[in-house]
Amino acid sequence: MKYLVCISKTPETTAKIAFTNGDTQFDKNGVQFILNPYDEWYALVRALELKEAQGGTVTVINVGTSENDAVIRKALAIGADDAVRIDADPTSAMFVAKQISEYVKSNPFDVIFLGKETIDYNGSEVGGMLAEYLDLPYVSYAMALDIEGGSAKVTRDIEGGSETSKINLPVVVSAAKGMAEQRIPNMRGIMMAKRKPLNVVEAVAFSDKSKVVGYALPTGKTEVKMIDPENMDELVRLLQEEAKVL
Amino acid sequence: MVLVYAETQNGQFKKAAFEAVAYGKKSADILGTSCEAIVVGNAENPGQLGQYGAAKVHHLNGSGVAHFDGKSYASAIAGAAERTNAKLVVVSHSSQGKTLVGRLAVKMDAGSVSGVNHLPEQKDGKLCVKKNVFSGKAIAEYAIEGDAAVFSLMGNTLKPEQSGSDAEVVNVTLDGSSEIEILEVNLQQGDAAPLPEAELVVSAGRGMKGPENWEIIEELARTLGATTACSRPVADTGWRPHHEHVGQTGVAIRPNLYIAAGISGAIQHLAGVSSSKCIVVINKDPEAPFFKAADYGVCADLFDVVPKLTEAIKKAKA
Repeated sequence: MKYLVCISKTPETTAKIAFTNGDTQFDKNGVQFILNPYDEWYALVRALELKEAQGGTVTVINVGTSENDAVIRKALAIGADDAVRIDADPTSAMFVAKQISEYVKSNPFDVIFLGKETIDYNGSEVGGMLAEYLDLPYVSYAMALDIEGGSAKVTRDIEGGSETSKINLPVVVSAAKGMAEQRIPNMRGIMMAKRKPLNVVEAVAFSDKSKVVGYALPTGKTEVKMIDPENMDELVRLLQEEAKVL
Repeated sequence: MVLVYAETQNGQFKKAAFEAVAYGKKSADILGTSCEAIVVGNAENPGQLGQYGAAKVHHLNGSGVAHFDGKSYASAIAGAAERTNAKLVVVSHSSQGKTLVGRLAVKMDAGSVSGVNHLPEQKDGKLCVKKNVFSGKAIAEYAIEGDAAVFSLMGNTLKPEQSGSDAEVVNVTLDGSSEIEILEVNLQQGDAAPLPEAELVVSAGRGMKGPENWEIIEELARTLGATTACSRPVADTGWRPHHEHVGQTGVAIRPNLYIAAGISGAIQHLAGVSSSKCIVVINKDPEAPFFKAADYGVCADLFDVVPKLTEAIKKAKA
């Protein structure tokens, strides 16, 4: 089995969010970047588990500039066999999906994993776009995936429950909680990662169909109103009359 | 034309379907066009979408769309968009919608924005729309390049209001088969709305001290008609089922009212709930970071406060 894991670089969860250039660009100044947690904890680790149990290879792929090499090396340290970086500064989800699909067209895989979304743009779009470019089935928000023969048995989150289905490979899967547990790279993994192949591939031309034109911070939350614990009638009144949520 | 995909479950429209149609209608008014809806698979009285603003309902049914499959559903929706010359397609930002939005964008060669929570605007001849990014810590405005767009609509963005009458229904049969074989569907029992769709949510955390103490939370939720939720540590220790876990790694929600009892408010928890319209925090620790994100706070022992709040709601409802 050949597993491909699409990985993304995102600002760290607690990073201060600010914008620059007339609020049209994310301010990277002082921000620490990480491997997108869902790509790392769920998608990558499940691919590694499947490889360890049944054999195969795990490749990670990223669309980005050389600034991303550190997070790619982390994925290699956790256990991926090799990495591909498509050399471009990604400008939209469709840009990323287009680039990865072009690579996969000439380098096919059995299962293509992604995290359920990235923690920066929260889009959850790349998986569906990639599947459409490649004309493959796509299962989003998968909580479990097993390979049985030439097919995948996948359980995904649906509103109010879950759904388990069987799909012939190849398939694109976005991974959510339940799929796997985070793995911390050990020293041996970190040392080995330095020698693993990281192939840099040229990007194809693509013009965006949608793009961010401006950012804003949420308008300041009003100061919390503290309510006397002995007066819950007052809280109910405020919820009804002031917040109008009851 | 604005085309809205209205989701059903077991033949019944989801709440998100009415929201999407109402959003589609409002968007159509802004764009100076009309709104039509598309329903796929079994649906009871699809014409009722007319009451939420659909001028016409396209009902697609048959072996090709017997159960949800992103590929066949996206083909069906994109096909309808082409027939009706739709410039904007709206789906819900749900498990189905998240599967569809990217596919539709590629299929239609359209600009997509997922999780929109504002109505679109026309600016300098371009369709623009806003959504939350960085897990609710910022808002981004997107512009569509080109002439077709696909949006997925965040739940609870607007309240669908009924007016008008049922719409004309056009039936279309789609034959075919799916590459996805459904083996099993598990739905939780109970009357409460599923968490991603719930308008009222009562959530509790480690401050509950143990799973045996949850009755007061369930009683408050029953009284309100709310759905119960919990923080990550509580789900991880098995006090509560995993599907109740809200936060960055669990379910991200934006109900009208989020009541959090005994949850300190770690940044990962806030990332999943901070877009709620109104947040009430009950915590005995005055330093709990959650108070900073709350609209109303009660600093006291939740075992005292929660039953009192339940009583106060009962009294107000009586």
